Amino acid sequence: MSGVQLAHIRKSYGSVEVIPDLSLDIAEGEFVVLVGPSGCGKSTTLRMIAGLEKVSSGQIAIAGRDVTWTRPKERDIAMVFQSYALYPHMNVAENMSFALRLAGTPKAEVQDRVHRAADMLELTPYLDRKPKDLSGGQRQRVAMGRSIVRDAYVFLFDEPLSNLDAKLRASMRTELALLHQRLDRTMIYVTHDQIEAMTMADRIVIMDGGRIQQVGTPKAVYNDPVNTFVATFIGSPAMTLVPADLSEEGGRVVARGDGFALPLPDRLKAAARRAASRGVTLGLRPEHFAATPRGQDDAPVHLDVKVAEYIGSSQYLAARMGSHDITAAVEVGPEADRLTAGTYHFDTQRLYLFDRRTGDSLTRAG
Amino acid sequence: MTDGTTDPLTRPLPAPTPRPRFEAGFLTPYAFIGPALVVMAAGLLYPVVMAFYLSFYDWQIGLELEDAPFVGLTNFGRMLVDHQVWEVLWVTIRFGFWTITIEMTLGIALALLLEKPIRGASVFRTIFILPLMVSPVVVGLIWRYLFDARVGWINYYAGAWFGIEPQIWLGDPQLAFFAIVFVDIWQWTPFIFIIVLAGLQALPSEVVEASTIDGATWWQQILFVKLPMIRSILVIALLMRLIDVFRGLEVMLIMTGGGPGRSTELLSLHIYNRAFETQQLGYASAISVLLILIVFGMSAAILLLANPMRERSDV
Ligand SMILES: Nc1ncnc2c1ncn2[C@@H]1O[C@H](COP(=O)(O)OP(=O)(O)OP(=O)(O)O)[C@@H](O)[C@H]1O
Ligand SMILES: [Mg+2]
Repeated sequence: MSGVQLAHIRKSYGSVEVIPDLSLDIAEGEFVVLVGPSGCGKSTTLRMIAGLEKVSSGQIAIAGRDVTWTRPKERDIAMVFQSYALYPHMNVAENMSFALRLAGTPKAEVQDRVHRAADMLELTPYLDRKPKDLSGGQRQRVAMGRSIVRDAYVFLFDEPLSNLDAKLRASMRTELALLHQRLDRTMIYVTHDQIEAMTMADRIVIMDGGRIQQVGTPKAVYNDPVNTFVATFIGSPAMTLVPADLSEEGGRVVARGDGFALPLPDRLKAAARRAASRGVTLGLRPEHFAATPRGQDDAPVHLDVKVAEYIGSSQYLAARMGSHDITAAVEVGPEADRLTAGTYHFDTQRLYLFDRRTGDSLTRAG
Repeated sequence: MTDGTTDPLTRPLPAPTPRPRFEAGFLTPYAFIGPALVVMAAGLLYPVVMAFYLSFYDWQIGLELEDAPFVGLTNFGRMLVDHQVWEVLWVTIRFGFWTITIEMTLGIALALLLEKPIRGASVFRTIFILPLMVSPVVVGLIWRYLFDARVGWINYYAGAWFGIEPQIWLGDPQLAFFAIVFVDIWQWTPFIFIIVLAGLQALPSEVVEASTIDGATWWQQILFVKLPMIRSILVIALLMRLIDVFRGLEVMLIMTGGGPGRSTELLSLHIYNRAFETQQLGYASAISVLLILIVFGMSAAILLLANPMRERSDV
């Protein structure tokens, strides 16, 4: 068995239990992103994999070897920190080659690997500079380079892009995805930014309060969230949740609430019937609203638009639907004027249904 | 609307204000450091200038300064062939070498050992820095009695625990030198300890962790990451200890008076003795000038070679 395995990891600081029981199996070569709100235990999990933090109980295996109690240097890992954590007294080349030099790698090979990494990251002109003489983005690349030259079995990233501006972050996301393709190594990446998670991950691990909420491909967690937490966390702008009551009307199940009546697709009928007595929470993704009807699955809703944000080819609406605040992302083309109140259309095939009490999904395929 | 092809500045601008000759607030830093500079000039520069001035006169105690004859460089000429001066200079250098080497080594080692929050570390830290708070005069008195040949604890415990014969510690040149080195280490190791500890604790933890990930052993981490990163602190500590070696005299004055012979007479104590025992103020000033030049030269050399500000970085 290879890859990285976490089995029933528990972590507490004194009496504070940060991670109650976490199990995760990461395949070799996989790019896994841990995502979740601040304080949910992402860094703690990553640091336990790195060996910077000891587990309270449970087992960790890397490349089929139990490493629960081994030191970081024996785990064959490389790590990129949020603060970059460059050695301020070493220049870029020295920073990147430090691990190799400690390991007693022959000089020529160290040189070669540093130059190749510098080449890949466009750092060659800066090899002699100290970190303080670099821009934030360059420092970030040095931190990246320091881990690349190691050629470790697992790469760990703790919010490596969060100190960069939006444009640089977007381009570094691409770089990282390319890097993963090129190196073909297992990568575990921590972020609180769901866009980073969606764009880079093979699989996303969504955490909240020290617990894994859902593990799945970006497509799976977007289309098939297990609960309202995942549903609202993944997707941008976020999904709107509204309480609704179900009733049978002429062979169809209709979800009614303040200001809307949406017929459920046949796919949801069975689930809806089971939950009808308890009441449900309806999930509406902003991008499933449209200005004009697209087909027979569209249901009209009246939106009282408060603010329309012009994004380009679409507009984000902060609107009221009945008494509910909702967000809609409506594609109207770049020529459209700011949208106003009126009748919009929601694609009912895309409805999400949750148990109102537990928040668990009622629409899950599985 | 502007689209780059037309001049965007079609509306009239308000009349321009003149460019200020000085940046606003450029005086502010001087206003703040000004008073301190004045005080420092008065407190530091005045004695130095006076020492230079007096070194050209043959001024004895009891004589008005105005009556003291100007003797040019005579005092300096005399100093060059004064074997006493060279002897105490040698004592000072030996003293400085042993105390600073051991204090730096011990202080750094202890700071590295007590850096992690282990049980009892804070108690030990507190006890350990107590010597720092004792004034040198009191230190001299305490240790003079502890080293006393007849009633001192050191002879008592050395005999009781280790079976060492009673020694006349402060009466033997070698033992007395050992004693003042020992006391200096006792008092000043905590100083190195505390500032190195502060430096270590201020190190960004992720950088240290990065070196752990990079595979550095405990020892390599200290050598290649921690110590280089607190280099400026180490240089400043070294500098302050060096200056103190040439400055402090109270402990020796009280413990040994510089004796036996001149075995514990440091340069500063020698100057003191020349000035107030043999009352040759002009000559003592000339030796002071030598001392000032040595300290100044050393400080400049260290600051130039090890420029402690160079590694400052926000990374
Ligand atoms: N040394 C510690 N002692 C006690 N509690 C800690 C310690 N370190 C972390 N915690 C707690 O553990 C929880 C998880 O912390 P962690 O750093 O893993 O969060 P995170 O998911 O990385 O959040 P962020 O996105 O803000 O970095 C937090 O509630 C935090 O307060
Ligand atoms: Mg974190």
